[in-house]
Order: sequence, then structure tokens, then C-alpha cells
Amino acid sequence: MKKFTLLDGLVVPLDRANVDTDAIIPKQFLKSIKRSGFGVNAFDEWRYLDHGEPGMDSTQRVINPDFVLNQTRYQGAQILLARENFGCGSSREHAPWALEDYGFRVIIAPSFADIFFNNCFKNGLLPIRLSAAQVDVLFKAVNAQSGYKLRVDLEQQTISTPDGTSYKFEVDAFRKHCLLNGLDDIGLTLQHVADIKTFESKRHAAQPWL
Amino acid sequence: MMTAQTLYDKLWNSHLVRQEADGTALLYIDRHLVHEVTSPQAFEGIKLAGRKLWRTASILAVADHNVPTTGRAQGIADPIARLQVETLDSNCAEFGVNEFKMADVRQGIVHVVGPEQGATLPGMTVVCGDSHTSTHGAFAALAFGIGTSEVEHVMATQCLLMKKSKAMQVLVEGRLGFGVTAKDIALAVIGKIGTAGGTGYAIEFAGSSIRALSMEGRMTLCNMAIEAGARAGMVAADDTTINYLQGRPFAPQAEMWQQAVAYWRTLHSDDGAVFDSVITLDAAKIRPQVTWGTSPEMVVAVDGCVPDPAKMTDAVQREGAQRALQYMGLQANTPICDIQIDKVFIGSCTNARIEDMRAAAAIAKGKKVAANVKLAMVVPGSGLVKKQAEDEGLDKIFIAAGFEWRDPGCSMCLAMNDDRLSPGERCASTSNRNFEGRQGQGGRTHLVSPEMAAAAAIAGHFVDVSKL
Repeated sequence: MKKFTLLDGLVVPLDRANVDTDAIIPKQFLKSIKRSGFGVNAFDEWRYLDHGEPGMDSTQRVINPDFVLNQTRYQGAQILLARENFGCGSSREHAPWALEDYGFRVIIAPSFADIFFNNCFKNGLLPIRLSAAQVDVLFKAVNAQSGYKLRVDLEQQTISTPDGTSYKFEVDAFRKHCLLNGLDDIGLTLQHVADIKTFESKRHAAQPWL
Repeated sequence: MMTAQTLYDKLWNSHLVRQEADGTALLYIDRHLVHEVTSPQAFEGIKLAGRKLWRTASILAVADHNVPTTGRAQGIADPIARLQVETLDSNCAEFGVNEFKMADVRQGIVHVVGPEQGATLPGMTVVCGDSHTSTHGAFAALAFGIGTSEVEHVMATQCLLMKKSKAMQVLVEGRLGFGVTAKDIALAVIGKIGTAGGTGYAIEFAGSSIRALSMEGRMTLCNMAIEAGARAGMVAADDTTINYLQGRPFAPQAEMWQQAVAYWRTLHSDDGAVFDSVITLDAAKIRPQVTWGTSPEMVVAVDGCVPDPAKMTDAVQREGAQRALQYMGLQANTPICDIQIDKVFIGSCTNARIEDMRAAAAIAKGKKVAANVKLAMVVPGSGLVKKQAEDEGLDKIFIAAGFEWRDPGCSMCLAMNDDRLSPGERCASTSNRNFEGRQGQGGRTHLVSPEMAAAAAIAGHFVDVSKL
């Protein structure tokens, strides 16, 4: 997994609540058996005016000029600013794969759906919860100033704005450790093989039908 | 004396392998259900790292998302979908995983197949790379959806790293009115707490109304827990649970059965157990529900009207409602029963079990699908549901009424196969998500119960089944 330590990134505002994983990556792209290449189809139905199918050449697609990600000032954005309940719906990890492949490393929202939130950490993507009021302030600031950037410091658990304001955010100690060091969960769990085997034999004795 | 525990506490504690100082736990997984969409990258990861499956017998695999619901003998026409299903077949063959292939009568939607086979048992942890895994909580199991990285993690370690959720009790008391179903309870709960109301919680559904539900009804309810934001939904084990499981292929037999039943009877929340949140609903007040927007929380009773965004005080909510009405092609204040539909879909992991088939057939019997309805399709949840329905003559009722009777799969719930809405088409659907584009780009979904969907097919618009 890609490490995450510090990021100075351009912010793009996606001002709608309940952005679901069907919107982040529509179902037709889930037929792929790969983990990569989903970025060109992130938010496909909002980003393009024509209907997208796997294998299409994205340079030939009809761009929706009204969609925020397509605006010139937001090209190269690495931080996605969003509203409540971001990532609701299906468990498809293709959603964080698509966002990461597009170039995002951080998503800031007042709340996230549980499975999506969890999936982000497995892919070097940092989801950050701030209060609805703080997110509102950031939306206003991004809209007001072209080229608006934020500094996200995972070690310090802070987000710093260009005017010097700093927001503290929460992150699980374990997840932070894994992200800072780019650690693979499976390798870590396999350090506890003895514990798992002990548990398994006790369980088999108590519930032999399993 | 032991502290009173919730059902969730009992399930969590009985699977705890170890716990870190920050509360991150290693949780043991009993049953791993696998389908074609979220598993290929996990199998690939296992192979690339040279790892083995920890406990192959814990896995049951079935292709459901991409399978066609007609002309199955010709195979899958879409080459990309075909490759995904073939990849599942070859991975299962290579690793020795038990798979129900497309031609097997036991094939179907993974969340219909697991319980039907007795592969989901009380007291288990059940995971699948699919958010509707919450369905299996109906059996007093701790069941939740996971992403592909976690699918790989369970394959390699039989465990998951996670933190305990908070516990919510949804208490529904009283008798449901005529024509009101588990689906309506689910939608009413989501209407009340919102699609993020259950975020961070595991929900236990309890109360006399839940006790009175069949296993099919409980599965419908737990299936929709994720639409309320809760990763897991669950119902305590009782006679209904035990009677359903007896004699199923994967269920324990003989003395082992007795031993298991004795344990299963302990799987309920203790008197005095404390929940972090309690929501109560009066069953008698729940009316048949219809969603009007692009999120399951955008729901009203069938005798209500499309809400008016202008009357909403919260700005984010108002803008969301305006956008939803525009997408749905609806005017504020339109009576729900005046909304005409183009298509009807009866199926999905929410409502494609035998009871759902019977309920829809009872409405359709002796009637005809309305002329303005271009397609009304019934997609049973598994080959065994299909066979049982045919043994009961339900297929003939549907076909005589003008419904199409299809082969089992996820079908138009998420439209990964050819079953989908065209832009602007409006559908009465028994599925679980009305998101933009969910049933096909530009498609407009109204979530309802099987009874409501069948009645809408006959009338050509929504009707109140409680008044039929």
C-alpha cells in the first residue's frame, strides 16, 4: 500500500450529500477483474454526457462542462471536499480504487458510510471527518479562491488552510500507523497465527457443528 | 452476576481473537460467501503473495451479479461479464472452493442461497464482498459486507481487523396492517432515521412485530439495514429461526443439531441489556411505502404525496430533494397513486424468496399487466426458489398475467447484466436502492414491496394494496 504522510493538495468541492458508490463508479465498470484503471470512469455519469462502457477511449467522450471535476481550476485536485454520508451504498472497493486512480489522496466530509470509510484505508486514501460547520467554511473558502490548497498532516492529525487556520482531526491509531508506514494488513494479521489457531481449536471444541 | 449483554455483544465477544490497545480487534470469521464481482482481485492478491486460503471449507461461491436471466443455455453474451464469471469458476477450481455454477439448480443470489442452504447459521460471523450481507443477520448471526481487500484478508487469515460498532435497537411493536410487509417496516425505519441514521451502529430489530415475521421477512428487514447506514442488522434466534434451518443441507444433523439448538437459544439480548440508541415504531401506523427520490430515505406512505422541497428548512436537504425531483421527473405535491410506471421488477436479495413470489402472485392472479407497462419481470432469488414457485404453479399465474418469468440472479437491482431501465423509464422495484442510474443510466426507481410492485403492474400506476 502507498504511504501517506503529508500532502499539500488542490481541493475540489463536490457539493451534494449522500454521494453513493454507484455514482462514484457505475456498475458497468465493475466487470473488470483488475484493481487499476478505474480513474477515467470515476463519477462517470456526472462527468460525461454520453453513456460510458468499459474499454471506451475517454479522450473521445463528451465531457459535461458543468460538472465540478471538469472545471479547469480544479484540474490536478488531490483533495475531495464532500458532504454528509459520502460513499453510501455498495461495498465495492472499486469506489476508492477509482478515486485513488483519479489522483485523490484525501476526502474530507462531515460523515462517511462505514464500509467505504474502511475501504479507503486499505488503499492509501485518507478519509477525514470534520464537523458540518467546518466543512461549510471550507466549501465557502474553496469556492471563493481559485487554486485553493490545504495541507494535510497525518502525523500531526491536522488540516491547515492558506490563512493559517488549523483543524485537528481524529484517526484510529492502528489505521494511522498502517497509512504512515504503508503496511499491508494481511502481513500484520499473520503475525498472530498462533492466536488464530488457538481460537479456532477452542471454537471447534465448543461448537463442533461449525 | 454477568452484565446483561446485547445479542451484538454476544456475537462480537464469541469471535474475538485478540484486541489492540486502541480497540482494534481481530475478529474470527465463520462463513465467507463469495461472488464474481468483488473476488477476482482478492484471489489474484492471494496468488501474487503465494498465500493459501486459511479455511477453504468456510467459503461458498456463486455467480449472481452478471448472470443472464434469459437464454442461459447460450452462456453469457457480454465478453467482459463472461470473463468475470469464468474467472470465479477457475479460481474456485484452482483453490478447491465449493461453487454453485450457473447451470446448478442451487445457483442464485448469494444472500438467498446462503440461508436456503443452511450455510448461514445462528451465532456465526458471516461476511461477503457485498453490502447486503447484512441479510444474514436475520439468523442471529453477525453479518456484514466487506471490500475486496478484506475479502483477501479473510481468505488468507480467516479474520478481520475491525472496531466494535455501537448498538442500536429498533423496536417494532404491534400488528402490521393488511398489505403491510417487512419491506414497509424497513423503508419506514429508513424514512425515520435516514440513510446515515445507522452509521456506526449494528442494529438489532426486536419487538412483537419482528417476532411475528417469517425468516423471509426478517431477511428483507436485515437486508435493508445497510440502507439505514448500519453495516449489520440482526434478529434474535427463536423457534421461527430453528424451524427454518432444520434439515437444510449445510445445517447440523442428529445429536449435533440438538447441541447447536441449545446454543442458538441463548442468542438474544438479555433482559436489561443497554443499547446506545433505541428507536421505536408502532406497527399499526406503518402504511405501504413508496420512495419518491434517489435515496431510500426519500420515502412516503402510498396514500401520501411527493413532498415539496420549498417547505424544507435544511438547505442541503432542500437542494437534495430538488435535484432528486428533477432526476425523477416528478412535481412536488403529486399524489403517489397518480404516478404512472413503465416497468416492474420483482426480485433482488431483498425480495426474491418464495414468500415474495407467493405474495406477488396472489395480487397478479387472474389479472393482466396494464397496457402502459412495457415490461413486468419476476426474477426468483435462486434456482430452488424458482423450482418451488413452479411446483406451486406461481409461474403460470405470472405468465398468464403478462409478467416475464426469469432465471435467478441480481438482474435489474443493479443492472450489471442486460436487465436495465432506459433513460427516463420509471420502475416499481422490490430492490433496495433507488440511486441515480442504479437500474440503468437515467432510470427512475421507486422502491416498494412485492405486493405493491405487482399491484402497480396491474394498475399501471401505484395503488394502495392495503385497500385492495
